[in-house]
Amino acid sequence: MPNQNSLHGENRKLLVRLSIGALVMFGFGFVLVPFYEKICEVTGINNILKADEVVNTQVDTSRLITVEFDANIHDLPWQFHPLQSVVRVHPGELVTVAYEVENTRDRPVTGQAVPSYGPAISGQFFRKMDCFCFTQQTLAAGERRTMPVAFVLDPALPDDVHTVTLSYTFFEIAGRNAALPATGDGAS
Amino acid sequence: MAAVIPDHLNEHHHGPSGLMRWITTTNHKDIGTMYLLFSFVMFLSGGVMALTIRAELFQPGLQVVVPELFNQLTTMHGLVMVFGAIMPAFVGFANWMLPLMVGASDMAFARMNNWSFWLLPVAAVMLIGSFFVPGGATAAGWTLYPPLSIQMGMGMDLAIFAIHIMGISSIMGAINIVVTILNMRAPGMTLMKMPLFCWTWLITAYLLIAVMPVLAGAVTMILTDRHFGTSFFNAAGGGDPVLFQHIFWFFGHPEVYIMILPAFGIVSQIIPTFARKPLFGYASMVYATASIAILSFIVWAHHMFATGMPKQGQLFFMYATMLIAVPTGVKVFNWIATMWRGSMTFETPMLWSVGFIFVFTLGGFTGLICAIAPVDIQLHDTYYVVAHFHYVLVAGSLFALFAGAYYWLPKWTGHMPNETIGKLHFWCSMVFFNITFFPMHFLGLAGMPRRIPDYALQFADFNAMATVGAFGFGLSQLIFIVVVVKCVRGGEKAAARAWEDADGLEWTVPSPAPHHTFEEAPVFK
Repeated sequence: MPNQNSLHGENRKLLVRLSIGALVMFGFGFVLVPFYEKICEVTGINNILKADEVVNTQVDTSRLITVEFDANIHDLPWQFHPLQSVVRVHPGELVTVAYEVENTRDRPVTGQAVPSYGPAISGQFFRKMDCFCFTQQTLAAGERRTMPVAFVLDPALPDDVHTVTLSYTFFEIAGRNAALPATGDGAS
Repeated sequence: MAAVIPDHLNEHHHGPSGLMRWITTTNHKDIGTMYLLFSFVMFLSGGVMALTIRAELFQPGLQVVVPELFNQLTTMHGLVMVFGAIMPAFVGFANWMLPLMVGASDMAFARMNNWSFWLLPVAAVMLIGSFFVPGGATAAGWTLYPPLSIQMGMGMDLAIFAIHIMGISSIMGAINIVVTILNMRAPGMTLMKMPLFCWTWLITAYLLIAVMPVLAGAVTMILTDRHFGTSFFNAAGGGDPVLFQHIFWFFGHPEVYIMILPAFGIVSQIIPTFARKPLFGYASMVYATASIAILSFIVWAHHMFATGMPKQGQLFFMYATMLIAVPTGVKVFNWIATMWRGSMTFETPMLWSVGFIFVFTLGGFTGLICAIAPVDIQLHDTYYVVAHFHYVLVAGSLFALFAGAYYWLPKWTGHMPNETIGKLHFWCSMVFFNITFFPMHFLGLAGMPRRIPDYALQFADFNAMATVGAFGFGLSQLIFIVVVVKCVRGGEKAAARAWEDADGLEWTVPSPAPHHTFEEAPVFK
């Protein structure tokens, strides 16, 4: 047993080490953020902002798939709708459709569209070559813009899927990315 | 091994008296008592929330509370029970018993110990007070998943600050425990001769230091997403809500072992006493505890099988999770082997411990079922999961806490707890616990979702049964108050070694333990 003074010293040394450990773990929680983003990037799990590669362009004329388009806005003073609500396409065929969006507010607003798919399984077969959802869109006050979506339905789409719904939701960009200048996307 | 306690140590200490004595105390026994009282008060408040939830679920339709309040109640029940009741109760046991068990005069940092405790009532007031702010308490679930937790009112901010404060308290408590155990053991007590309760707490304390800061980081990110324009989890700004789930469960899974490992320790003290045999496989118990702790860091995503993980990920987390059943099985085997051919008697602490093994193991098995990824997709967010974690947290952690309380009450109060009332408490709790939670397995298998105030008609009978059980279980806990009050006031005098074959340094000091013990380190043989 060490005497009282050296015990105090030992205790204090361990206290400092354990406190540093706690601080390091606090930092570790934040390190998980870029780590997670890197993993998603490397494994391609969360690449909604990138154009897809087409793996098979063989058009399957034996099937005709109904593709429905939907548009939603989330807390955004915009008008947003697809120019055509339904198209019928062959898997493998390159299709271009357009959405129209209008800023009804009297100041510029930046938004980001996030796609979702129904049924959910069709998402991985819905390959977008070009999409306004790959970038943020900044609309001047009162500006109206027509934006294209070019896509190919992968012929590997399961046989029991006859209708695919593509739904976009526009979110207003506030926060850390708001300061970014909107990149031109050739969509106007 | 009897220690000689000089007379002057039995005198009360010469600090302030009355309320100031408790506010300024640095004595580990006073602080332990305050931790235990605090956690029991929080247990009762969380219990009232649970009973309100069960009252609403007694019948289909909405009768008792509006859905918004129901959501707040499920959230706060979880937060209060985890951070207010179970964790502080174990820290209370650590404060009271660790210095006595290792032969130290007090915890290593007595002043910091006082701080660790007094942060808790502040956090509790913030947390429970959040019911009364505009918008009410947070209703995002105890897991605080975004986007809900980003959209909530100011009750969420109060919950975040309360979690920060409770986290700081836990980390300070954990540091104190590690230093006390590593540096202040009696001469002769090597690490591998420590009582198992010390071992499980040493490992738990390391877990706390490793993961409480991660939770603090996660809720800080929610806070900055809410108020300072960051987008860690805010999808609209490029963030990802699933990221929060990863960070949260990186904390959350070790957290569930933080709540069960000290329970293993308590049970490992009690069973050898009443089986009158040394613990079977002491070293394997230590290694099993350490393995569980290490494995707990690589299984977090089994809480997230339904988020659309790649199947390689699902397989990894599924197999890693199942691996934990091995060291846990070693522990259950060792407890049973300890009882095997022992001269067993079933005093109240032993009843709770044997009951613990039975019901905790049931909860462990349903955990294994939930670990199977394809099955979990079906069971995720149903009442099956609610049944599973109440079997391990109520019948696991809570039953072990009661076992420990009955076991060490003689040391704390100097009187034996009343056996008849104690046994009544055990049997009522055991029966009503199973009436409450066993039907929930069937509800979950039939697809009843958790955290919803209303349900389809076919779930009505099992829900009515669970509600009856819940009220029975809740009222049974009042019996414990009777036992403790009677025990403090009087009863059969407890000897220093209150139980016939109890082993350990804590039984060498008189009962009740004098205010100051082991001023001179005892010799451990």
